[in-house]
Amino acid sequence: MASFSQFGNDLYTGERSFNIVAKRKLWYTIALIMVLSAAIVPFLRGGYHFGIEFRGGSEFQVAGLAKLDTAPAAAAVASVVPKQIPRISTVGTRGVRVQTDQLTDTASDQVKNALAANYKVPVSSVSASFIGPSWGADITGQALRGLVIFLVLVAIVMALYFRTWKMSVAALVALLHDLVLTAGVYGILGFEVTPAAVIGFLTILGYSLYDTVVVFDKIRENTSNNGDSSPRTFAESVNLAVNQTLVRSINTSVVAMLPVAAILFIGAVILGAGTLRDISLALFIGILVGTYSTIFIAAPLYAHLRSGEEAIVRHTKKVLVARRASSVATTPAESVIGTGTGTGAGSSASAKS
Amino acid sequence: MARSTPVKKAWRSLTWLLVIIIALVGLNGAQVLFAGGAWAPKLALDLEGGTQIVLEPQLTAGQTVSAEQLTQAVSIIRQRIDASGVSESEINTQGSQNIVVSIPGKPNQDTLDRIKSSAKLEFRPVLVTDVAPVAAVGGKGASASPSPAAVVDPNLPSTPSVKPTDGSDINYVTPALQAKFTTFDCASKAGLATNLAPAAEPLVTCDTSGAYKYILGPVEISGQNISDASNSLVANSQGATSNTWGVNLVFDAVGTKKFSDVTTRIFPLTGARHQFAVVLDGRVITAPTANAVISNGKAQITGSFTQESSKTLANQLKFGALPIGFKVQSSEIISATLGDSQLQAGLLAGLIGLILVVIYSLIQYRTLGAVTIASLVVSAVITYLFVTLLSSRDGYRLSLAGVAGLIVAIGITADSFIVYFERIRDELREGRGLESAIETGWKRAIRTIIASDTVNFLAAVILFILAVGNVRGFALTLGLTTIIDLIVVILFTHPMLRLLGRTRFFSEGHRFSGLDPRALGAVYRGRAQFRAPMAAMQSRSGGSAREAAKRQTIAERKAAAALPEKPVTPRTKGNDS
Repeated sequence: MASFSQFGNDLYTGERSFNIVAKRKLWYTIALIMVLSAAIVPFLRGGYHFGIEFRGGSEFQVAGLAKLDTAPAAAAVASVVPKQIPRISTVGTRGVRVQTDQLTDTASDQVKNALAANYKVPVSSVSASFIGPSWGADITGQALRGLVIFLVLVAIVMALYFRTWKMSVAALVALLHDLVLTAGVYGILGFEVTPAAVIGFLTILGYSLYDTVVVFDKIRENTSNNGDSSPRTFAESVNLAVNQTLVRSINTSVVAMLPVAAILFIGAVILGAGTLRDISLALFIGILVGTYSTIFIAAPLYAHLRSGEEAIVRHTKKVLVARRASSVATTPAESVIGTGTGTGAGSSASAKS
Repeated sequence: MARSTPVKKAWRSLTWLLVIIIALVGLNGAQVLFAGGAWAPKLALDLEGGTQIVLEPQLTAGQTVSAEQLTQAVSIIRQRIDASGVSESEINTQGSQNIVVSIPGKPNQDTLDRIKSSAKLEFRPVLVTDVAPVAAVGGKGASASPSPAAVVDPNLPSTPSVKPTDGSDINYVTPALQAKFTTFDCASKAGLATNLAPAAEPLVTCDTSGAYKYILGPVEISGQNISDASNSLVANSQGATSNTWGVNLVFDAVGTKKFSDVTTRIFPLTGARHQFAVVLDGRVITAPTANAVISNGKAQITGSFTQESSKTLANQLKFGALPIGFKVQSSEIISATLGDSQLQAGLLAGLIGLILVVIYSLIQYRTLGAVTIASLVVSAVITYLFVTLLSSRDGYRLSLAGVAGLIVAIGITADSFIVYFERIRDELREGRGLESAIETGWKRAIRTIIASDTVNFLAAVILFILAVGNVRGFALTLGLTTIIDLIVVILFTHPMLRLLGRTRFFSEGHRFSGLDPRALGAVYRGRAQFRAPMAAMQSRSGGSAREAAKRQTIAERKAAAALPEKPVTPRTKGNDS
């Protein structure tokens, strides 16, 4: 793994540098396309499919069973509505409860008959009724209220900590990007939105902000004393911070994603649809996008937001003038192939020896 | 010299960690021994199943339930259940008039009462009071013969002959009401079913113990005018706390005004009319005398409360009365909807994920990866103890979503170590010795860790306070893992590195230590001494703020070299070997 730590060294010293901040127009375009498609495509595919917990549905109760077994119920529902994932549980010592999405009257009768046939009981011992949502509008309303208050507070806290509201704005824009994309992928794959998925989104919300704060703290450190004497422009300082934290970003997202990927794999491949798949998909995409957006959206946007400030404009101009003067003094070839300079070759050679 | 201080600090931190773990084990043990707790966390509805209670509205003839009333009732019941812990119950409507409450475990009578009772609170002035006949308390034998007396002569006038002027006006007591009062039997169910009266009319009822019966005036203040309710021990006239429990009410503006008016009116009255009654779901819980005019909008209800029942009532009053009363239609045990296969698969996946994390850490950080793994183990132990403790103390239950949340927390916890290790590596690249790299790296890293954890903690606290249902359970998990992250990185990871930094294996930068300065690009200058390959040394004294300036891009370095006013130390290939 020497090559990876070498990679880290190079990023740290600036030996190797990804010019992320300067290409902000490219990232903005990509983000815009992604966000738009994440917002539109799910609706072209018929909109989000909310689970029984949000919309209510049909409930069947089978009574008077000699033996409790849920498999016949699953088979009965599958025979009528194959795409449906029913929630089945046993009730008391002689009953089975089956909950599905709201079915049409015909489908409901068919399920009733199938249940009776599979359990070998008369149709009269199967009852059907409608159930209301268990995740009602009140839960959603309270959660949204909490979220709005949280976002306002977190924006204030970040503005105070970083001493600039522009970081708050950049972080919140990146957060919005993450949530829209995660929700979009969810909708495009046509997965059912369950309470577990919503909890997954909330986790992503926390993770995305967390990741942004870690990188922003490095940016703050690099730019805090970026006075007139700095040989770098503001945008370059931001870019250096992003590069210096790149190894950390990669390591953290890999470590965070490994367990989630394991859950996703086992949940989707072995168990099929269910809570595990729902929540781990939201988390997997969210972590990926959360790490990406910090680097490619939050940081360039922050540099962009501050680029109009008078002091920064003045400093940038000064640095560029000085640099132009130096590039006239040095040979043109050298300024094109940066690695040819003494320092660069020197440090990498020493590391390999 | 100063060498010993970090070591001492490190041992002190580790001791604190041990104290915390022992305290958690002790608290858990106490729960197991004295409060019926367990050493394993309880599981939520989706994994363990629970009880399904079907509630049916108690309706008088001709009364119907609207969909709106049902939704409102579901919301109020949910708040009541949430107020008693974080159990992640499921509440929904069924058909056109039933409500289904699914709660983990087996509910006791208190829980059922808390869920289904309407909690309709009314303040009514007392008009007439009497001791209930002994027969009511004694038994069935005595009350069997006079039962025909329950039929009130329908010819008695039931409208007041003189229109009552205020709530305490005795003219409310018509001959019909008086007859009903005389025959009213506190023990009979029929009597209880009829003790409902419209708010504007007088009411005949008994107190909760069945010892007294009352004729009460129309409703003066209802539960809607209560803005807050809490329970506490009652203070006596000397200000010392007694050991009786009471419910403290705070009225809103309207309630304050009305309460002040009522106490002003009945304060000078005598006899029964000097009292006002606090009526809950049609029964008098207490009927105190008005000893003063109360105009501050605060009142305290005392009665035969226990700590538990006073808390229940306070919560019921706070979240409002149910629009209708309910009775339990059926209460049956239900199985888990997800079952063992999902939990086992989840745990298996978690285990596989953890093994992958271990492998990745070892590859990335060599021996240092072992510190990551040990830290994760410590945080797993603390998390387990916390979750178990919350489970037996506050009814917290682990759902599958909760398990997934804990697995994701591995990432956030590991990030703290990664941020820290990367900082140390940065300092090593600068040419610092390992010990000083650890101390400097720590100062920078802990800032970042605290800042980012604050964001998560803020989310957890706000969502826990404001949200209801499953979201609250999530908030608790998030807050818990954030705090544990801080505990572990401060009290375990950092002290461990301080101690390890003193071993030869690490301080000499062994190839497998993960902190090999040569691999990190610093230049070896002799045993345990390194020098930066670049212009880093010159401004060493500049402190953290200026260090950023040393980390330059290629173009910048060239530019800097060209600037005449900023000389840079000569950089030659001679530094290499």
